[in-house]
Order: sequence, then structure tokens, then C-alpha cells
Amino acid sequence: MASVSDAELRNMSQEERVTALGMRTEQLTGRSMFIEFDEDAEERFTYPWAPDVDYNKRTEIDTGDMTETEVNAEIRSLMDQGYGTIVIKDPRGKHSLGVGILNRLNLIFEGSLGYFGVGLIDGPNVRINGRVGWSCGENMMSGTVIVEKNAGSTFGAAIRGGDLVCKGSVGSRTGIDMKGGSIIVGGDTGALSGFMMQRGRMVVCGNAGKNLGDSMYDGTIYVGGEIQSLGVDAVEEPLSDLDRAWLKRKLTQYGLMPDNGVDHFTKIVAGKMLWNYDNLEPTEKKLIL
Amino acid sequence: MCGIAGLIHRGKSSNVGGEMTSMLQALKHRGPDSTGYAVYGDTSSGDYIMRLKAAEAEDMNKGRGITSILENRIAEVDLILAEHGAVVKSKEAITPYALRYVLSHNGDTGMMAEHIEETEGVEILSMGNGLELIKDLGDASVVSDLYGLNDFKGTHGIGHTRMATESDVDIKSAHPYWAFPYNDVSVVHNGQITNYWIMRRMMERKGHRFMSNCDSELLAVYVAHDLSNGVSLEDSLRKSIEEIDGVFTYLVATKNQLGMAKDTMAAKPLVLYESDEMIAMASEEVAIRAILPQEIDTYDPYDEEVRVWQA
Repeated sequence: MASVSDAELRNMSQEERVTALGMRTEQLTGRSMFIEFDEDAEERFTYPWAPDVDYNKRTEIDTGDMTETEVNAEIRSLMDQGYGTIVIKDPRGKHSLGVGILNRLNLIFEGSLGYFGVGLIDGPNVRINGRVGWSCGENMMSGTVIVEKNAGSTFGAAIRGGDLVCKGSVGSRTGIDMKGGSIIVGGDTGALSGFMMQRGRMVVCGNAGKNLGDSMYDGTIYVGGEIQSLGVDAVEEPLSDLDRAWLKRKLTQYGLMPDNGVDHFTKIVAGKMLWNYDNLEPTEKKLIL
Repeated sequence: MCGIAGLIHRGKSSNVGGEMTSMLQALKHRGPDSTGYAVYGDTSSGDYIMRLKAAEAEDMNKGRGITSILENRIAEVDLILAEHGAVVKSKEAITPYALRYVLSHNGDTGMMAEHIEETEGVEILSMGNGLELIKDLGDASVVSDLYGLNDFKGTHGIGHTRMATESDVDIKSAHPYWAFPYNDVSVVHNGQITNYWIMRRMMERKGHRFMSNCDSELLAVYVAHDLSNGVSLEDSLRKSIEEIDGVFTYLVATKNQLGMAKDTMAAKPLVLYESDEMIAMASEEVAIRAILPQEIDTYDPYDEEVRVWQA
């Protein structure tokens, strides 16, 4: 495939851009989906409009008197100027900060965020030296987000990739509809965590609330403490050596390794007795999953 | 979507009027239609404070006849107070339709309240030794300026910013709700009660009256019924989670307590801050940060969680 410049891509329609990037479309029972990259296409690891930033170029913003929109616009402006490490001071629980960042970046929040913090991201490494409200990291594709204190409900809703870590406790419905990646919680999680989970891994070092893993299709949940109750079709399975190795690596990486190791963790998976792709859409399974 | 907030100082008074205004103004985006406060001041005198409205705010646009109608309604209230032996120590018209009375009364205040509400167009917003309930259309800054709340000293309070989805934009549908006719009990609520009519009929059969069709009023009546029958606030809140269906987070205040309850799904938000000096809670952290801008530790209460604090 001929190389296409970023400027050319910017001027294309969505359909043209997808084709130029080497993807193709296929009709699937009435739906049109972009399903895979062309094997011959030149690989692209960044979004065409993503700024090229330098991690060593660092700056700080005092956001106490700024609106959410102004803060997010300033982050984008700084990234366009090549800043690769941005420190947000005094965020004061504002909503929707740091959303939609699709490139590598060190983003540090010195304080707490409100709802929908750092959602829809693909690539940045985020550290939040405070707590976060509902729906932190929603739909994140890749990167890491580390929250030093507690988090609200729907932490990591529909996450698709990357590591989303909360060192404190989180609210209810953690990882609802998650489709990949890892959610790691140092403390407890609330009710209906892992509800309709489809892929990925969730680790809860503390206790889990009622209906854990309710209606999960796939994926794995590890719980270090007590489980109040399992949801529909969530079942326990023995830890494998691979599970133990993965848990040790991840928990050590984020400073959450329990003193008594990981052997006490309970592993929860889908019983697959409910509706699932295997039963009803075998041909689509290969394409979608 | 509505916003709720509450705060309680442990063992001391503070400017709860100003603090609640800051918190509720930060929640304006969750409900711009009306704002309400239930704040608790000094209770040592033993006097009753009665807040009432003699008309809706929109009634004031209905022509010159409303003035004489209001005069007649207020005169009727004064007459009923005198009939019940209540001594009016002060009477203040905060707006043409909202009045604040300070009363001395030794009789049955519940009966007196019922008689006052027989006056057409009159609704008692609150009665009690400490409770002062203020609600009107507009955001917190508007209501606070109108009613002079920025300097209100007290131990605790709850408040609400309302986005009208199920009932009208008027004062009677605004929160908080006083638990008529029980002194000093008020409620704010964010959510939806799905067995409202069943529970309402149940409470009506027990002799309670409802002033609105707002499901939040049910919570006030429900809790007040329990309190009047000797059930503790904490037990009543726990029982409510068992018996009341829907998605809700609500706050209840009494003369010296503040409580919270969250439904079984934990579907409505609440962020909580607790220290040795005070407890603050709100639908969003940004409201707590409005009075505590420094870095603090907060958390979300879990499903079916009930907490009660003492002033």
C-alpha cells in the first residue's frame, strides 16, 4: 500500500481513511464492521493526528480556577508543543479531565478527579495522586492509569485494554462490560463488579460485593478477600500456575503484592451456561472475537 | 438527575447556610430548576420556627388580586395560631409569599399544623425547634440571596438541586421535604422510587397526608412515621432499603442527627468525607471541594449502606 501522509488522512472521510489505513469492511448479518488490517499494509502504531511528544519535556498547569474544557484544551495545546510530561495541579474534583488522549504521554494529576476522568484514552500513562469519581478510564484502549486513593462506581467500564489500577477501594459495577485489559484494585469493590464482562482480567485484593461477575461472558476475576455472592453464571475455578505467575507480576509491578502471596486468591470465570457467541453466532465469533 | 448534599459539624456550630450554598451551587448542573435547604440552627430557646408559603412563586404574576388573597390567607393563619394558644414572637415576610414565624406553643403542634394547612394555598414548609426549610425556584445563589442564608449559623443541614423530570417546576415539588407534621425531620433524595403508589397508599392508610406527587416526599413520611413510633433513625433507614423499591440515595436530618441510605443497586451516587470535626457528602466530589479545596480523602458508600451521625 502506498504511504499516506497525516495531512492527507486528515482531509479524508472516515470511509476513505479506514481504507487508506489498510482496513476493509465486510457485511456481517446486516452490520458493517471494520474487521482487520491488511497484511501487506505498512504498520502504523500511532494515530495519524497524534502529536509527537518528548517525555523529558515537562510542564505544570495550575487548574484551580479553570473549567474542565479549558484544562483539556490546555493539555492538547501542550502536547502539540511537544510536552510529554504534564502535571495537573489542583484539579478539585472536576469532571472529564484528560479524556480522549490518543498518544503517549505522562499525565500526572496532583489531586482528585470527578466523573469520567481519563476516559476514551489510548496510550498515555496517567498517575492520579488523589481519588476519582464514577467511570474513571471508561473505554480506555491502552496505557496505564494508576489511582493512589479510592475510586467511584463503574471504574473501568467497557475498558478494552491497558492497565487500570486503583490502590484504594472502588465503588459498584467495577469493570462492567469490560472487553479486555486489566483492572487491579488494592482494596474492596462493590456490587455487580464484572457485570457482563466479556474479556480481560480483574484483580480485587480485598473483598467483593454481591453478584460478582453476573452474566459474564468470558474473562477472569481474581479476588483476594471475601466474595459476598457470585452473580448468575459466575463460577469458581482453581488457580493455575499461569494465573499465579501473572498475579505476582502484576501486583508486584504496582506495589500491591500481599504479604501472604497470591495462593489465597479465588478465581472466578464464566460458567457459559447463558447465551453466548458459541451457541448462536459461530461464524461471527471468529470475526468479532 | 438531581443533586443532593449534606454536612454536619460534630459538637459545634458553623456557617452551614454559606457552606450549603457553596456545595449546592457546585451541583447546579445536576438540577437548575429549584434549590432547597433544610438547615438546623440553635435549639436552646425551645421556641418553634415555622416556615410556610402562602402561594407559589408563579402565583405572583397573576395580577393585583393576589395581594389581597395573600393577606387573607396570612390573616387566617394568624387566627389559627391564636386559636391554638401559640404566641407569635416574630413574624417575617421573607418574600411576599414565604413567611417565617417564631412561636411559643405548649399544645399539640401536629394538630395546629393540620389546621393551618386547611387554609387554601397555604403549605407549611417546616416546623421545629431547629429546622428551617427554605426552597424556591432558581439556583443556590438566587435562593440564598433571596432568603438571606449566607450567614445562617447551625450544626447541620441538607440540600437539593432539582431537575424536574416527574413533576412540575414549583415550590411544592422542590426538595427538601418536611415530614409533616413531625417536628424537625427533613429529607432530600436523588433517584426514583418504583413502588411509590403502593407505599403511599400504605402510609395514607396509617393516617399520613401527602402534599405532592413527588416520590421523595414518601421517604420523609416513611422515616417520620418510624421515628414517631420509637424506631431509631438508623433502623428506619435500614428498613427502608428492604421495603422501598427503586434506585435512590437519600439523606435524612433530624434535630441532632444526619443519616444517609443507599439502595440495593448503589445506582445513585454519593461521595463522602468524614473527619473528627465534620462530615460532608454530596452527589459529586466537586461539591465537597467547594468547601474543602485542600486534598482530602473521600469514598463512595456501597450498596445498602446506611450511616447516621450525631451533631
